[in-house]
Amino acid sequence: MSAATRHREDLPGPETEFQYPSEREQHDTSMTGMWLFLATETLFFGGLFLIWLYYRYLFPAGFALATEHTEFAIGTVNSALLITSSVTYACGVAAIRVGDRKLLFRLAVATIALGVVFMLLKGVEWYLDIDAGMVPGPGFALRGPGSQGAALFWIFYYLATLLHAIHLLIGLGLVTWIALRARNGTVTRESHASVEIVGLYWSFVDMVWLVLYPMIYLAGRAG
Amino acid sequence: MSIAAGLRSDNYINHETTVRSWLVTTDHKRIAILYLCSITAFFFIGGAAAALMRYNLLSPRGALVSPEMYNRLFTMHGIVMVWFFLVPAAPAVLGNFVLPLMLGARDLAFPRINLLSWYLFIAGGAIAMFAVTYGGLDTGWTFYTPLSTNFSKGFVEVAALGIILSGYASIATGLNFIVTIHRLRAPGLTWYRMPIFVWSMYATSVLNVLATPVLTMALILIAMERIFHIGVFDPALGGDPVLFQHLFWFYSHPAVYIMILPGFGIVSEIIPCFARRPLFGYKFVAWSSIAIAVIGFFVWAHHMFVAGVSVYSALVFSLLSYVIAVPSAIKVFNWLGTMHKGYIRYNTPMLYALGFVGLFTIGGLSGLFTAALGADVYLHDTYFVVAHFHFIMVGGMVTAFFAGLHFWWPKMTGRLYPESWGRVAALLLFGGFILTFLPQFVLGYLGMPRRYPIYDPGFQVLNVLSSAGATILAGGYLLPMGYLLWSLVYGQPAGDNPWDATGLEWRTQSPPRVQNFSVTPRVTETAYNYPPPEQQEPMA
Repeated sequence: MSAATRHREDLPGPETEFQYPSEREQHDTSMTGMWLFLATETLFFGGLFLIWLYYRYLFPAGFALATEHTEFAIGTVNSALLITSSVTYACGVAAIRVGDRKLLFRLAVATIALGVVFMLLKGVEWYLDIDAGMVPGPGFALRGPGSQGAALFWIFYYLATLLHAIHLLIGLGLVTWIALRARNGTVTRESHASVEIVGLYWSFVDMVWLVLYPMIYLAGRAG
Repeated sequence: MSIAAGLRSDNYINHETTVRSWLVTTDHKRIAILYLCSITAFFFIGGAAAALMRYNLLSPRGALVSPEMYNRLFTMHGIVMVWFFLVPAAPAVLGNFVLPLMLGARDLAFPRINLLSWYLFIAGGAIAMFAVTYGGLDTGWTFYTPLSTNFSKGFVEVAALGIILSGYASIATGLNFIVTIHRLRAPGLTWYRMPIFVWSMYATSVLNVLATPVLTMALILIAMERIFHIGVFDPALGGDPVLFQHLFWFYSHPAVYIMILPGFGIVSEIIPCFARRPLFGYKFVAWSSIAIAVIGFFVWAHHMFVAGVSVYSALVFSLLSYVIAVPSAIKVFNWLGTMHKGYIRYNTPMLYALGFVGLFTIGGLSGLFTAALGADVYLHDTYFVVAHFHFIMVGGMVTAFFAGLHFWWPKMTGRLYPESWGRVAALLLFGGFILTFLPQFVLGYLGMPRRYPIYDPGFQVLNVLSSAGATILAGGYLLPMGYLLWSLVYGQPAGDNPWDATGLEWRTQSPPRVQNFSVTPRVTETAYNYPPPEQQEPMA
């Protein structure tokens, strides 16, 4: 980074709000805000994961029974898609750091495409789950000694994947916003805090899935 | 500059005057005023529910309402007072107004998120009010399962939605405060030069940001359980109802500190100012706020000693509950140390602050009784517990809120309130409070259970005393409402620093200009650098 660039970042830029002395301060502050938001999100999902693990401990047989009926192939493909989308977005962040807006735009579009395919596959998976009778209640397909624990598993499954999907949809909206900003030139090498902040959020949504993947599809299957 | 010259011509109040300019404002001072109006409305709604309950308890057989109505009244009182008054009161009103000023900042880090917080709060409040008035809610503010999931017929899901939204309002405010304190301090304002109010806002915000989402998840599960008849907390379907209590108190015990920590901060501003002495043991007071925030996360199960938790975990939680009393006591001793050999002026904010110290100390000490495992088995769910937490929440926090409101009122409005009326109100509040809640300690000790609309006739005298005290207390709350509004028009212009206080908020004009400071202040000294008016040491 040249001395001239550093100098410019220490002054208020066109998007600097009045409470900040410089562009750089505003950028760093926005990053702090997003990290803190992710901390509160971690506690939000953490509450759910804690109860989930507690019931898995209480009902190991029921949870193992339910895990056998999850769509392992779709879940694995979806994990690969989501990890790849984080890679494409991270490359986009690297691109704007050297000022390549065109590349950022393309990578953001790739990220959106991967996210949309994830959502479509998730929709298919929900359809298959419901079709197979994996809905706790009177028509629940799993019967026998483990059915009570299995029912709890499916409750957590639907709640967690739904909450994750809502977060992913918000993320898709944000990445679309970044793609538009990349195209109309609102983000530059010197001023691209929005790109970094959306990147943090997108990676967090990915991280949540990386916890969900073993909890839904793997634990209990290997034994 | 002279008082006769009246108020500054250009300030945050008269800079723009349309209704729209208030509803789309991102100025932290205006958002504080929006919050002040909203929480005042909620305070009187919650207070009305309490007044009806106290009226009902004049007679052992219930003087006014049916048992079902009584259940709804105490639920409404609890929900409104906790989530729509106590949790937002000090941070969203006083914190919003003075925190950026104290830091020498021009606004919070994220002004638009600050406005979003108010709209979330209003939406949540409207939804919760709809639930408690239209559908009626009889679960108590704690939503314990299985009552809330299998038996209650009220609008539990709707109320849960309202509370979740107001929770996000608190998260937004807390996030804003933490980031602002880290990033927007004026040059020279190091951590140990910050006013204690800022430290306590920091601790409060950490609790808001980290504890609230767990409550959100617990309430989502309750709502789902009611809508889809699933069994997360239903023992008949394999669920564990006590698990809900764990999740609920994982938020709601830290929430107690969300409510009281700002009070510590307010009092730590007022006592040095009116004793003309630096705060005694600044670093201990500052770090005890952080200690309370951290330990506050690990005491929640002391609400559940009789709910079937194991005796070993109960022992640990009992011990930790004693531990958390230590930082609170450190603060009380440091306030007393500050006043020692001080030049004390008994202005209204100081009277409220002194009331706070006394009432909070009683509330805190009674908490040690309930933290003891054996005593708690006897005291649990009696009026002793009601008295204990009202001493903290009302005697402590509401008194501190009034202290802060009077202390910063001249800064917020540019006007002085009538001092003698202020002192009368402070004394009424103290006397009324003592008369209302001291008898409830005795009632609890004698065995009167909480949440019942009827009681043994032997308890009537103490109940009548308590209801009489509530009447005086109501007067103590209504009186400031009157004279503070009066002062908006007829109050004397306050000048920039009527209390001769330190702190950056007093260095700007009253009411402050739109971006707070025309020149960003530079800090060169510690907080509470009060020079003695004369020779400090008395003659030997």
